[in-house]
Amino acid sequence: MDVYLPIAEVSLDIFVLLGLGAAVGFLSGVFGVGGGFLLTPLLILIGVPAPVAVASSANQLVGASVSGVLAHWRRGHVDFKMGFILMVGGVAGSILGVYLFTLFSRLGQIELVISLAYVLLLGVLGFMMGIESVRAMLRQRRPGAARRKLHRHTWLHGLPLKTRFRKSQLYISALLPISLGFSVGVLSAIMGIGGGFLMVPAMIYTLGMPTSMVPGTSLLQIIFVAANVTLLQAFTNHTVDAVLALLLLVGGVIGAQFGTRFGTQLRGEQLRFLLALIVLAVAAQLAHDLTIRPKQMFVIPVEGR
Amino acid sequence: MTIRQHLARALALVLALWPLAARADFVADLSSHSIAITTGFTGASVVLFGATDGPGDVIVVVRGPEREQTVWRKGKIAGIWANAESVTFANVPSFYAVASSKPLDDSISAATAAFYRIGVSNLKFEPKSTVASERARVFTDALIAVQKNAGVFVPNQIKISFLGERLFRATFNFPANIPTGVYLVQVLLVRDKDVVGGQTTPLVVSKVGVDAAVSDFAHRNALAYGAIAVGMAAMAGWLASLPFRNA
Repeated sequence: MDVYLPIAEVSLDIFVLLGLGAAVGFLSGVFGVGGGFLLTPLLILIGVPAPVAVASSANQLVGASVSGVLAHWRRGHVDFKMGFILMVGGVAGSILGVYLFTLFSRLGQIELVISLAYVLLLGVLGFMMGIESVRAMLRQRRPGAARRKLHRHTWLHGLPLKTRFRKSQLYISALLPISLGFSVGVLSAIMGIGGGFLMVPAMIYTLGMPTSMVPGTSLLQIIFVAANVTLLQAFTNHTVDAVLALLLLVGGVIGAQFGTRFGTQLRGEQLRFLLALIVLAVAAQLAHDLTIRPKQMFVIPVEGR
Repeated sequence: MTIRQHLARALALVLALWPLAARADFVADLSSHSIAITTGFTGASVVLFGATDGPGDVIVVVRGPEREQTVWRKGKIAGIWANAESVTFANVPSFYAVASSKPLDDSISAATAAFYRIGVSNLKFEPKSTVASERARVFTDALIAVQKNAGVFVPNQIKISFLGERLFRATFNFPANIPTGVYLVQVLLVRDKDVVGGQTTPLVVSKVGVDAAVSDFAHRNALAYGAIAVGMAAMAGWLASLPFRNA
């Protein structure tokens, strides 16, 4: 059954959209990532114009993240103080990001920028996470092996504005989460993602947060960054398709609830290894697409209408 | 381009064909003068019918509203395929289809076809900035190829059938992705490879119902639309988590 999307101006099968939402929502629940890094390319693949796909994914992320946060919050796995500080940086970053998005669209290079950003970030992150999680699994097999130090001090801990985060049992500079939120905010606006797949590893490895607190807190800040991106895209580029976003949500929120339950049954390092594999697969596919000779040598980019 | 400009252009075309209409008497009309794009829209077909005052061939050209269009050529930059160079054309019809009662080559001379811009290969677009003619040709051909692929430039495939000597009809199928706006349906009567009569009829393609309202609201009250989109998404997220509360 086809449904006409008013802003995207295309007709798509309603069940394809619902299924896509459910699959991405499941992943989002398992990993605490928004799933936007899969949703946006898949939407483009089924015929949604790229600018509309990016903006509507952000809209969809708002709902998916609300649902996800509630599920984690009931388990007490959300650090609200940390989430708020990440959000302040994220909202500021996403304003700059939407500005850059509009700029690159005018130059006709937005699709290249999106692809390159994905390849670089996903490639590096997937590789790092993969290695780390394999090491962690090997350590567990050999109980006699040396344990990692609980807390390592680096120059990052010498920064001013030290703040205590009780929930995460951390005492670190507030500048760390603010700048992390800011960089992820910029990227999320350009790439149509919540940035969870960047946020989650950074929160674990850079901030040193306990793994259990990470998905819920990351989702909390994604709500606000995605809401900000949706507003700005709707205002400047008129590319938010609310009908598309709602359809994706219906499938997505249900998928996310099941994903969250499934996620709690998996061990941290297994979870990270799985996420690393998905991230690397997407990066490899995108890199491949960039280097092979395109089927169409000439293209007419769909501009934001 | 605004609706008013479209109508002004439609009027100009009608006036241009006025003297022709006097030379040969014929009438043509569409089964419907509007295509409404609704939620379940998967394309539409419009029947064109008419009668001539004697033997002759009929050619019909359907043009969508004109707009600016940029074509990019991909090039390899540091091992990566990127949009390397572009040409922007000012007056590209968003839809173009031709139908004829006989193959075009048999019914009109090449010069006449070029003059009336009949047939996809006779389309010419004005580059917005000065471009070498060779380059403009390459990019024009590419634009036509891309639009053909997208189904919005339809090469001469639709046949006009005659019922007897004077009555004719043709069915135009519009794909689901047709652009909105005022279309011009130009019907030409051809005798001895020359155009002897013409008539232009408008066809309005517009969104109606909920979709039209959503799209209209999104453009008029962009900020409010964005806020509502965010609110609805948040609400949906909360609602969906309710059944799982005790999980």
